Formats: sequence, structure tokens, C-alpha cells
Amino acid sequence: MIDVSTTPATNKSGPAAGRRRTYRPNAQYIPVLATLTLLIVMYTLGAVNYENFTHPSVILNLFTDNAFLMVVAVGMTFVILTGGIDLSVGAVIALTSTVAATLLQAGWPAGVVIPTVLLVGGVLGLGMGAVIHFFKVEPFIATLAGMFLARGVALLIDQNSIPITNGFWTGLAEARIVFEPGVYISAMALVALAVVAVAAVVLAWSRFGRNVYAIGGNADSALLMGLPVGRTRIGVYTLSGFCAALGGLIYSITTTSGYAGHGTGTELDAIAAVVIGGVLLTGGSGYVLGTVLGVLVLGMINTIVNFQSLNSWWARMAIGVLLFAFIVLQRLVTRRAK
Amino acid sequence: MGEPPAVLEMTGIRKIFPGVVALDGVDFRLLPGEIHALMGENGAGKSTLIKVLTGVYGIDGGEIRLSGRDVRFTGPLQAQQAGVSTVYQEVNLCANLSVAENIFIGRQPRRFGRIRWAEMRRRSADLLARLDLDVDVTAPLNTYSLAVQQMVAIARAIDIDAKVLILDEPTSSLDASEVAQLFAIMRRLRDAGVAILFVSHFLDQIYEVADRITVLRNGALIGEYRTSELPQVELVGKMIGKELATLEQLESRPRDSTEQLERGEPLLRAEGLGREGAIAPFTLAIHAGEVVGLAGLLGSGRTELARLLFGADKADSGHIEMGGKPVAMRSPRAAMAHGIAFSSENRRTEGLIGELSVRENIILALQAARGWTRPIARRRQDDLVAKYIKALQIRPDNPEIPVRNLSGGNQQKVLLARWLITEPKLLIIDEPTRGIDVGAKAEIQRLVAELSTGGMAVLFVSAELEEVLRLSHKIEVLRDRRLVEELENTGDVDADRVMHIIASGATS
Repeated sequence: MIDVSTTPATNKSGPAAGRRRTYRPNAQYIPVLATLTLLIVMYTLGAVNYENFTHPSVILNLFTDNAFLMVVAVGMTFVILTGGIDLSVGAVIALTSTVAATLLQAGWPAGVVIPTVLLVGGVLGLGMGAVIHFFKVEPFIATLAGMFLARGVALLIDQNSIPITNGFWTGLAEARIVFEPGVYISAMALVALAVVAVAAVVLAWSRFGRNVYAIGGNADSALLMGLPVGRTRIGVYTLSGFCAALGGLIYSITTTSGYAGHGTGTELDAIAAVVIGGVLLTGGSGYVLGTVLGVLVLGMINTIVNFQSLNSWWARMAIGVLLFAFIVLQRLVTRRAK
Repeated sequence: MGEPPAVLEMTGIRKIFPGVVALDGVDFRLLPGEIHALMGENGAGKSTLIKVLTGVYGIDGGEIRLSGRDVRFTGPLQAQQAGVSTVYQEVNLCANLSVAENIFIGRQPRRFGRIRWAEMRRRSADLLARLDLDVDVTAPLNTYSLAVQQMVAIARAIDIDAKVLILDEPTSSLDASEVAQLFAIMRRLRDAGVAILFVSHFLDQIYEVADRITVLRNGALIGEYRTSELPQVELVGKMIGKELATLEQLESRPRDSTEQLERGEPLLRAEGLGREGAIAPFTLAIHAGEVVGLAGLLGSGRTELARLLFGADKADSGHIEMGGKPVAMRSPRAAMAHGIAFSSENRRTEGLIGELSVRENIILALQAARGWTRPIARRRQDDLVAKYIKALQIRPDNPEIPVRNLSGGNQQKVLLARWLITEPKLLIIDEPTRGIDVGAKAEIQRLVAELSTGGMAVLFVSAELEEVLRLSHKIEVLRDRRLVEELENTGDVDADRVMHIIASGATS
């Protein structure tokens, strides 16, 4: 596949022929491989140090516990790939879980509530995307406004936690595939994995997905190349809003409640997962698979902290150190690419 | 005659920007299967014409006909779809994507909405093979040199079934062998019937590859010529706007202050100084009290040379001596510490801060030289500023008004005052008279002469040959990023001779 027989005249700064002989992974895969290695190292450390760490449920629970975060982080991946950011996702979880719980309490059927809630998230994302594109507002500011708005509306609806007793909801909360007693994967984890699969296909195989990468690489060039920059940019924020709403639904299902305090700080967890997963914060490089690994790393940190029965701030500190390490790694990789 | 009908015809194109007529009734045509060079100095209207053609700007008059049909493009996309593709000076691709993707993005082959990567890769490899380029199309674009990136941009452009291909200074960052490769591709496309519009500042390149030349000056059409029938000297004359005959009649310059100059040790000596892609290694000595003029066309390396001396760019060969001792010009700050001042070409973006007052702008460099921990007393500021406002006749003479409210000429004087206040030993002034009126021009020239009489060395960079001739003791002639000739400005040097050197690269 790798062909270095370019004429010398054109190959001045191209990959040096000599170095190609030894296997060197494509620079774009290095961050993902680093995350994968990290995950394996953490798992091995856990397996060596703690009893029962190798039990299959440890890994399956990672998916179950972090299903909502995975869905939110997938939406965030699209946004960050374009070079943007979405701070509203945590608040959207609060809003959508509150709306869902309120509507269910009012007796709406689940079949109506779910599309309604997803629509709310999508429309909010669409609005933020439109503001970002048409008024040239920084994504940070536009989504910060969206965050306050969504959380505010949630609080306006209800300041207290609203329990959900709807049969469909509680049924979904219990739905799972049991492999053996105590070893199962929840329906919500499967939903999250389905979202991941769809997102991976969209990013790799659709024009929309490739435009996302192009915009993250160089938005001005993308425009001159005749790509639909506006449509794509608004599209990713709509998608992120939709994913956040879906994440909110999953959250309300796993907790069987709606609450304006849900999802506090989730936007930061999602960003951390995406960055640890190797997506370049300036956009244009990264994979959904990396994001999944990033979410699993965050989950693994929490698991280890639990096994060690440490306080949860140890998890925060570990995430901080990792974030820092990965941003430096990205910088090194991109510098070498130039 | 045997000429095929033009694929593109622009007639009577007018484009007006507030206060400026950028294009005034320009006619331009492109025949299929030709390489057509568009020539002109800065501000001649080349880029405006290209932007009109590619739909970036609308037009205020005239008509554009493509293959005999009236067209009016509303944007680059429409122009592309009609068969007019542009490759810009800077590569406008996404360096993070693969080569194949850069060629096909937005038009990827699909089946059931799914991109067919294999077919895309195969087609890109075929396309690049047609351009004699054998690269791994799956590698990210940023792993390849600018030359390859440029070719990929061309591949993308011609795959959009281009009838007209515009190459806007594609060679400015390529080396000789890369240029040769690009030209081979251009010739091949020409033979396949594509009409190519080629813009370059390198005269040799134009004569090597272009079939015909259209010359613009000050937004007006000067003429369309066959390359074989237009000698280089005449082309330069048409671009600069002086016919040879007129130039020969110019009376000798009044160089009253510049005649006898005692030269001792040079103040600054650059030995084999050069920077790849910017300027070939050169050797240059500047003495105290001497005005050294840099002559050459736009893009000949004038500014690049000056920037090397000031440490604004890093030299990759040679060294600089000052007063006989080697010094490292690592940064503009180091150069300033050695008494070098650089008044830049672009007073708006590089030099002045429009919102600050005249006083603050003038004090800036002196304050920077002293360091921010030692502020200059307000009274001393006022004295200094008042002195230079008077000496340079800056109008209005109120030091507290924002600089952006001043006219171009007065802004230039403020910039000059800023550097003079630091009492440099060597003053580099790049294009000090661009875009200012005749009166202000004369004043700035008078000032340069006065400064050199006062013992300051001046490196004077200007596109206007007459200005350089009038002021300089010594003229360095640049051509195609190379210092080709040093002339003592004695009586027998005139614009004609300098132009010959610029055009041919050799002394006549």
C-alpha cells in the first residue's frame, strides 16, 4: 500500500524513504493507540492489584455505567472535529430528563415523549449552530449561552427531582442481556454502542462526515473547495444537541428520574473523553473509536478508585493528569507531522 | 487568421472600489490551448481581474463571455461549475486529509450514499499519473512538499472538467526543479486544449512558458502581445509605465548631497547571507552616511533581503558583520540593539497601531528599546514628539489624535519618526512612498537625503526606479530573488540601464 517511489524532485519533504522501512504507525493513529495502550495498562494494573477485577462484569459495567456519557461524547466528537466545542450538553441532559419526567407524569405515552425530547435537543443544537455560523459567534460563547438557557428552563419546569414511574421507562431500566448471573449488558449500553457504530460509519463513509474533517482541517479552504461549510457546521451542533438529548433520555432511564441537577459537569467529562481519545481540539483529526476508548478510560479510573475505596477526587486528579498528558502528546504528534 | 474562437472573453470590465477605480474598461481574452501570462506591478489590477473572473467580486461594467455565452458568476462555486478553476498562491486544500480526498472531496464517487474509497483512490492515482506524479494517495497531504500539494490542487482543478485554469503565482514557493515539473504539466494541459491564465513575478518563467502576455497598469489594459514578439525590456517598460525613449530623455538627477562620499570601514557587511526560497546568498556592504537603494520588480526579493538584515527572518547561510565584528541577527530585537531600524512596507498591518495617538506610536520603539520597566517621563515624551512632528512636518501637528485619522503620507512619517527617535545607525525603509501623494513623497525623499548627510546609513527599498536612482549612492539590482548587480550611482547610470539589468539579469 505504501508507495514511496515518488520522483526525488517532488518528494522533498515527503516521508523519508529510509525511515519507512521500519514499521511506523500513521501519525493519525498514534493518539488512539496511546489511549488503547493506556486502557490495557490500567486494566492489567487493576487485575494484578485487586481481587475480582478480572470478573467480566467489571468491563461490561463500564459500558452500562457510561452509556449516557458515550452517546454525549459521540456528539461532542463531531463538534470538536470541526474545531468547535459544545458546552451545553450537560444542561441538555438536565433539560431533557426534566421534560421527559414531567411529560410522563402528565400521562403522555412514552412513544410521544421520546421523539419530543429528542426534537427539543436537536432544535436547541440547531439554534446554537445557526448562531455560530450566521453571526460568526465563537462556539464557546454560543454554547455557553445555550447551557445557561437549557439549565434555566429545566429549573423553571421543576426544581425538584421528579420520579418516573412509567412502565416503559422502568422496563427499559431493567432490560438487559444476561450472559450468566451477575454478568449482563444493559439495553442502554447497546443503544450507546449502536450510536457509536452509526457515527463511525457516518464519519468514514459519508460526504457529511468527510466535510466535518475538512472544516476542522481548514474551514477557509473547505469553502474555496466548494464544500457546504454552513450546512455542515450547523449539522454538527444539531447532531450534538440530539446526542445530548438521547444521553438525557438514557440518564433518565437509568436513574428513573428527571432532575434539573442531572448532568452537571457532563460537558467537561465528554470533552475530556474526546481529547483523551485522541481527537485534536483544533479539529480535523480523530476517530469515534478513540472517543469510545476515552470514555472507557474515564470509567476505568472510576472503577480503580472504587476498588481502592478512595475518595472520588482522586479520579478527578487522575483525569486532570491524563488530559494534560494527552494534550502534550497531540502537540508533539502534530509538530512532527509538520 | 488561424486563431480558434476565444474560450473566455472579457470586454470593458469595470470594477470600482470606494474611491478607487480598480479596473477601467479592461479587455481580456483566453484562447483554448494557450498559456497566457497576466502581468503588471502591484496595484495594476491583476488580482482584481482574477477575482472578477472567479466570481469573488461582481463587476460594475462590461461583460464576460465563456464559450460564447454571457456569464456572471456569483461565487467561486458557480465559476468552478462553469469550468473556471483556480489554483491559488497558497495551497487551498485541507492538509489533514489524504491526497485522494483532497482531489475528490465534495464530489466523491458514491454507491447508496456510501463513499467508494477504493474507486476514489484508483481514480486519484490515475489522475496524478496523468500529471506524472507518483505519490501515495492515501497519505495525508501534509506529508508532502508544497510542490506536490500544488500539483494536487491542480489535479483537483482539472478534474472539475476545467476549460479555464487560473494559476495565481503558483511558483512563488517552489524551487527550480519543482517549477520545471509544474511547467511540464502546464504544457501538457495546454496541449489538451485547456486555456491557462498564469500569473508570476518571475520574468524568466513567463518567457519560458507563456504563449501570450497581457499587461495591465493602474487598472487599465496596456496591451496583449505574443511572447515571442515582446522583448523583456519592453515588457518591463510597459509594466513600469515608462517607454524606453522617455526614460532616455530623463535629465540626470540632482544628486547634490550625494556626490563625494568618503568610505571607510563598512558599518554593516553581509557575507553570503541568504535564505532558501526567499533570497539567494548575497554579499552587501553599507557604509555610514550612505544610501543604498534596492531596485527590482515586485517579488524579486527586495523585502526579503531587508528582512534578513533586520533579523525578521532567519538566514540559513552566511553572516553579518557590524564594525568588523560578526553579529548574530537572531531577532528584530537583536537588530535594534545593534542600531538597526526597520520601517516596514506595510504601515497599516505591521507598523502603526491605528487606535493609539501619534505620540504613543512615535514613542513605542524607543520605549521598547529601553524596556517596559523604565517608562519615559511624559515631559520628555512630549518634547521628543514635538521635535519630530516639527522636523518631519507631520500634519495635523496635534500629537494626541489617533494615528488612523492621518493621511497615508503622514502615517508614513509617524512610522519614520518612531524609528528616528531611537537614533539608529542604519535605517531600513521599505516602500516608504507607496500609496502616498506626490508632495509627501518628495518630503520623505528629502528627509532620506538629509539623514544620510547627517551620517546615518540608509537602505532604501522602493518599487519606483526613479526614486532609487535619485537618492542612492549605490544601487543593488535584484532579479528573481537574486542580487544580480551592484552599481555605483555615477552619472552614467540611468533607469534604462537598470531596467536592462532587471530584464536580462546582465549588465548591458
